[in-house]
Amino acid sequence: MSFVSVRDVFQSYGRRPILERVNVDVEQGEFISIVGASGCGKSTFLRLLLAQETPTRGTISIDGNPPAVEPNPERGVVFQRYSVFPHMTIRQNIIAGESLAQPFGRFFGKAQRAARERADTVLERIGLAHVADQYPATLSGGMQQRLAIGQALTAKPRILLLDEPFGALDPGTRLQMHDFLMELRAETNMTVFMVTHDLTEGFKLGDRVLVFDKPRWDPTDPEAFGATITYDFDARDGGIPYQRLTEETHVPITA
Amino acid sequence: MRLINRTPGPVLATFLALLPFVLVLVAYVIGSEIRLAENPADKLLPALSSIADTAERLFTQPDKRTGRILLWHDTAISLQRLGIGVAISASIGLGAGLLIGLFPHVRAGLAGFIAVVSMVPPLALLPILFITFGLGELSKVVLIIIGITPFLIRDLSQRVIEIPREQIVKAETLGAGSGVIALRVALPQVLPRLIQAVRLSLGPAWLFLIAAEAIASDLGLGYRIFLVRRYLAMDVILTYVIWITFLAFVIDFLLKKLSKRAFPWMEEGL
Repeated sequence: MSFVSVRDVFQSYGRRPILERVNVDVEQGEFISIVGASGCGKSTFLRLLLAQETPTRGTISIDGNPPAVEPNPERGVVFQRYSVFPHMTIRQNIIAGESLAQPFGRFFGKAQRAARERADTVLERIGLAHVADQYPATLSGGMQQRLAIGQALTAKPRILLLDEPFGALDPGTRLQMHDFLMELRAETNMTVFMVTHDLTEGFKLGDRVLVFDKPRWDPTDPEAFGATITYDFDARDGGIPYQRLTEETHVPITA
Repeated sequence: MRLINRTPGPVLATFLALLPFVLVLVAYVIGSEIRLAENPADKLLPALSSIADTAERLFTQPDKRTGRILLWHDTAISLQRLGIGVAISASIGLGAGLLIGLFPHVRAGLAGFIAVVSMVPPLALLPILFITFGLGELSKVVLIIIGITPFLIRDLSQRVIEIPREQIVKAETLGAGSGVIALRVALPQVLPRLIQAVRLSLGPAWLFLIAAEAIASDLGLGYRIFLVRRYLAMDVILTYVIWITFLAFVIDFLLKKLSKRAFPWMEEGL
């Protein structure tokens, strides 16, 4: 069985279908980019992976574990905004990655000193050591997202979910963040799902690119049908947009 | 240049800030002069000098019968009532606000109830309080609590609800339980809001305090004002009013300072 398996997932809000019959298998260590037009269920799919919502039908399981009903430490997440705690310093934010799972949400005594040292190592790694005692509001957008990714990885999740993590950054910073993310990924071999609006970004970073779209379309009632994965591209080969379709397209090949 | 784009320089800004105070003072002095010219024994608008004399007497000279300086005793007892009332209200408001904001079951049970209760005019309950809790300290403190707690609960629960859902979800993915989220994510972020809300509710708190003291008390700032009203002692009333205003202003100022000092992350950015 695959590492992350999504089986016949349907999601609807009230009578309005959002996702229909989504099936996908992901191996450990794969980087999955999720693209699609607005309103095609990308973010809904991410919330389902995050277990912030539970599907109306179907199951999502990670490493064969039973489907989660609420967000848990198996999943790490970085949102476009509000992913770090504004009332904690940079260092405290990293420590929180480990300490929130403790009984009172903090370490004491010797454990606290040890956590501090581990946090300083992480900060050194993500290049935020010089601002360790400042508050997130003083950081630039890129630094905040680096902090958010570092914080999420500190909790050692099984999969990392990124919801348009670089959507609010300027193009230069975005390129730096791509390098940063690829380096981290090479070090941790983390399984990553990233929702993005940016096709280039999706193909550059992803091993696979999942495209969400509505296979059926009723012009008189655009909301009558939900979206599903319509394409599953192989996006390896160093981000060169040369794809091998990995799904059966049912197109007869005539010689 | 449009008026909305013109800003006063520092000197003009100071002048404009002082202007309304000076105007009120001048208007009072003129009114007082006119009345005193007609009738030197007029009590309604005493001259500034006589208010100053009275103020000096009130602040320094002990009462003949008891040998105590009444103004300081009044101040101490009133501040004590106000402090206890506001402190209890703030604690209830913070606790209930967190519970309502974070736990949907508590919200479903309490939000409607508090919305209705906050519409009850507290002063209308004052007779009930006097009947139930007697005329002592308790009924005055309870009036303050009843008066401002519903506002504090509603304001703080709203602030808790306004914490971005992303942060709560993030905390969940870091393994935090409900208690830890309340303690480490929500509580620190609503504490500055609590101070803001307390600052806003200090006005009503003074109102309820003075109302309760005016009706049944034997010591306190509100009691004194309503006592000397019988003798038309405007000089005493005005001294007390200025003193109460000064106290309220200082408390508000200190809370503002405390907020800046205690929550550096609020001031930076945003």
